[in-house]
Amino acid sequence: MSHAPTETSAIFGRLSLQSFPIHEPILIVTFAVVVLLGTGILAAVTKYRLWGWLWREWFTSVDHKKIGIMYLILGIIMLLRGFADAIMMRLQQALAFGGSEGYLDAHHYDQVFSAHGTIMIFFVAIPLVAGIINYVLPLQIGARDVAFPFLNNLSFWMTAAGALLVMMSLFIGEFTRAGWLNYVPVSNLQNAPDTGPDYYLWALQIAGIGTTLSGINMVVTVIKMRAPGMTMMKLPIFVWTAFCSNILVTAIFPVLTAAFAMLMLDRYAGFNFFTNDLGGNPMMYWNLVWIWGHPEVYVLILPAFGIYSEITSTFTGKRLFGYSSMVYATVVITILSWLVWLHHFFTMGSGASVNSFFGIATMVISIPTGAKIFNWLFTMYRGRIRYELPMMWVVAFMLTFTVGGMTGVLLAVPPADFVLHNSLFLVAHFHNVIIGGVIFGLFAGIDYWWPKAFGFKLDRFWGKIHFWGWVVGYWVAWTPMYVVGLMGTTRRTRYFEDPELQIWFVIAAIGVAIIAVGIAAFLIQIFVSIRNREQLRDTTGDPWNARTLEWSTSSPPPPYNFAQTPVVHDLDAWYDMKAQHAERPVSGFRPIHMPKNTGTGVILSALALVLGFAMVWYIWWLAIVAAVGLLAVGIGHTFNYDRDYHIPAEEVTALEDTRTRLLAQPAGATA
Amino acid sequence: MRDHPTLVSFRRLAAPAALLLGAGLLAGCSGAVLDPAGDVARQQRDIIYISTALMLVIIVPVMALTAMFAWRYRRSNQDATYDPDFDHSTGLELVIWSAPLLIVIALGALTWWSTHLLDPYRPLGRVSAEKPIDPKARPLVVQVVALDWKWLFIYPEQGVASVNELALPVDRQVRFDLTSTNMMNTFYAPTLAGMIYVMPGMRSTMHAVLNRPGSYKGYSANYSGAGFSGMRFRLQGVDQAGFDGWVAKVKSAPRVLDSGTFLKLEQPSEKVPVTYFGRVAPALFDRAYQRCVKPGTTCMGEVMLRDQQAGGGGGGDPRLGTGMPAGRTSVPPPGQKPEGGLFKDDAGPTGTHNTVPKKKPSGSTAPSDSNNRDMSFLPSRPAAPVRAAV
Repeated sequence: MSHAPTETSAIFGRLSLQSFPIHEPILIVTFAVVVLLGTGILAAVTKYRLWGWLWREWFTSVDHKKIGIMYLILGIIMLLRGFADAIMMRLQQALAFGGSEGYLDAHHYDQVFSAHGTIMIFFVAIPLVAGIINYVLPLQIGARDVAFPFLNNLSFWMTAAGALLVMMSLFIGEFTRAGWLNYVPVSNLQNAPDTGPDYYLWALQIAGIGTTLSGINMVVTVIKMRAPGMTMMKLPIFVWTAFCSNILVTAIFPVLTAAFAMLMLDRYAGFNFFTNDLGGNPMMYWNLVWIWGHPEVYVLILPAFGIYSEITSTFTGKRLFGYSSMVYATVVITILSWLVWLHHFFTMGSGASVNSFFGIATMVISIPTGAKIFNWLFTMYRGRIRYELPMMWVVAFMLTFTVGGMTGVLLAVPPADFVLHNSLFLVAHFHNVIIGGVIFGLFAGIDYWWPKAFGFKLDRFWGKIHFWGWVVGYWVAWTPMYVVGLMGTTRRTRYFEDPELQIWFVIAAIGVAIIAVGIAAFLIQIFVSIRNREQLRDTTGDPWNARTLEWSTSSPPPPYNFAQTPVVHDLDAWYDMKAQHAERPVSGFRPIHMPKNTGTGVILSALALVLGFAMVWYIWWLAIVAAVGLLAVGIGHTFNYDRDYHIPAEEVTALEDTRTRLLAQPAGATA
Repeated sequence: MRDHPTLVSFRRLAAPAALLLGAGLLAGCSGAVLDPAGDVARQQRDIIYISTALMLVIIVPVMALTAMFAWRYRRSNQDATYDPDFDHSTGLELVIWSAPLLIVIALGALTWWSTHLLDPYRPLGRVSAEKPIDPKARPLVVQVVALDWKWLFIYPEQGVASVNELALPVDRQVRFDLTSTNMMNTFYAPTLAGMIYVMPGMRSTMHAVLNRPGSYKGYSANYSGAGFSGMRFRLQGVDQAGFDGWVAKVKSAPRVLDSGTFLKLEQPSEKVPVTYFGRVAPALFDRAYQRCVKPGTTCMGEVMLRDQQAGGGGGGDPRLGTGMPAGRTSVPPPGQKPEGGLFKDDAGPTGTHNTVPKKKPSGSTAPSDSNNRDMSFLPSRPAAPVRAAV
């Protein structure tokens, strides 16, 4: 099945004409579309002479707001790729009955489900979460940027380089067929001598560096850069959740990096960490990746919880119920998330005491999570709820997520897990919490903070279609999976014998079509909103009558975020300022010290991409060149002392005067 | 604002969703997990029911309250109380934290006993809810080897083997010993006793009993490569006479399963039809999991024994630490395991400096002191234990 040629050449490594899947009709069509679209975009950029602008204003920017937006664009593009994989899987499983093996052979189907999981977690969920944190967190704590602006730019481009490497595997060679965590022994060199696992490992190592650095960056930002008066117990709840999430990132990603590094040594240097023979042990790999994997779930869901909290508080017009209890719940979840990884393989035979411990530890997590649900509930209680788009997502989340939580606790009971593990029930459970928890939260966040980022709201009509498409689509697509799971259907299965099952897979395929409508509506929503931006314009900077500091500055915020650093007296600082009728400073501005753009992040990531590609294809000379280049550019950058500049006082005054004029206008569009 | 249509459609959604879920669960009853044929699977299903019921105690009120509050406190309902500063209530906080806690305590207790009782390594206590197990009856032993991509079942006592077909006499305890030759699979018979991983170089064990005759399906539940989807087997539940007949039928098959056939059989192949082997070479399963079926390869047990001896341990002594080199940081040899402070009878003086070492440690804190040189792996001191002859 492998396309890998047996011989390697000195110049091209194991890359040869056979590495290009020119005999695969689906891939040829995809490739043609990508080339057409890509050429179109490149031509447009060239025609309108945007290259310089893109490079100066975006690619090399160290502004956390622009990096946040770039993260979001990356996440949305990859969402389309990951969703295309989802459609292919659902179609395959709906068709492959009664002796039919569907339209995908094992070689492709196995790549499709591996790529779907890898992309959705590493290149959709993480970039979207990182994007929102990047954009919102510094604004919420009244900072002008993150602690290490250049590092932030590098983090983004490393993630993008990883994503690009995964996408390259579509057209050059093949992706891994060993699942989204690249499980051994399927990904051992003996079982998979092809490029698949190598693409996976290099893409994730490169992106993992980005994520780790970004985690460190955000932790330091929260610790060191809060506005005066903002004590830890006055942090907006989103900052708390983002803080805990990034502490987890900093702690767990090194474990994943180490596990992948050991597998790389197995595959490249003939080591035997995870091999079947010579003292290797595949189980070790499973432990290591899940020591990363379970906290990772909380890396994603905690910021989503924070988003829901901010939105609930804003749109109910109330203070968040039980702020301290919410903070403690977040911290408790952060700590407990470390103690539960073994529940991903109760059936591996660890023994009853070990299984009981991890099962009960898992259930204990549901206590703080339950407390959070109750807190949102009692924030709604005696509120005055405005059903704008973000708030609709919150209610949908609360109804969907509780079901996912329930099935999760059920799976934490080892005897139940012994019949449900590795079944589609399990797959339904984690889609229930990831779609119903993380994805809904990210869309809520995008609907909520879009006006802050761009100065106009998103279109409500298309937003609703987007919303209903996802909510209805989710339930139609995944309820049948719970059912077939209870009927004993295993995950990652390519074809089925039992004709009774088919109807459920057909319903699931319909569900995915409904979600597709939602995704299309999302893109249309963005397009329509940009076209109608003048009608949707918000000049106040606070279109939702919100409560936290990011809404105190203009939309979009000026490069320096706050002309004068705000001073915080209470939780919900901006609400407090409004209540106290705090005067916005209109004069006496001073030059503002800001970090300077640099292209080093782009260059380093490009070199890392080349290194990854060269290693995947055994092009040793190119790998050496890229590695030396990485070192040289990295060291060279440390000698670059031209890293900052001042925004002159006149420029600040001019920007702030514009805002003063806008604020003086009667509020029209946003009433 | 257009609040009403949104909420009405929320409710419109809730009804079909609930219907779908209910219909699904009903349909699921005809499915394997909820309609078990073996006592272990039946108990596992009961655990699913009990835990679901326990959780619904809290899930249902939460979902009902969510819908109620979302509807009642909509902005257009000016009759509802609006209290923008209501953000704390000690009473409510107590309920919020203690209600889930109580449920988890109940679930935790259920988890503790059921996990121990249904541990696949533990011999069964009963044949079915009505029938206790006969303590004198030995369990039927079936050795399972997952090959790429088919299941091999060896019946060592009967001296037969079959591929992709597992026959079991009803109401008799079965002990499965399981291993794999290359990939990690999960032996999954949903109607029998759930699943367990089968891994290369390892042996898992599972106890089960089948109570109802019939023909059931079995799978690999863990993805194991290209042929995974076709890696299925048929589970035949028959009475004792039927089982004897099945064994006789398999015995009459001309094929013999020895090392040579095994090595051919373990080569990757998909959708393999049911195959019978009338005779099986002895200890084939042990050599499969010790990875020495191929003539000339060393069994893992032997390798480990040599390692153990090289580390100064005795052969066949399974106690902790026997194969470890003596040294300050190694696990102490058996019999010298230090007691934890809680278990010490003689607690010694209760003064403030209780932790001061009584004896000077053999190492030194000075860097590069010669005392520290002999403290690492494989000491060359005269007291070194006997090593295996080279």
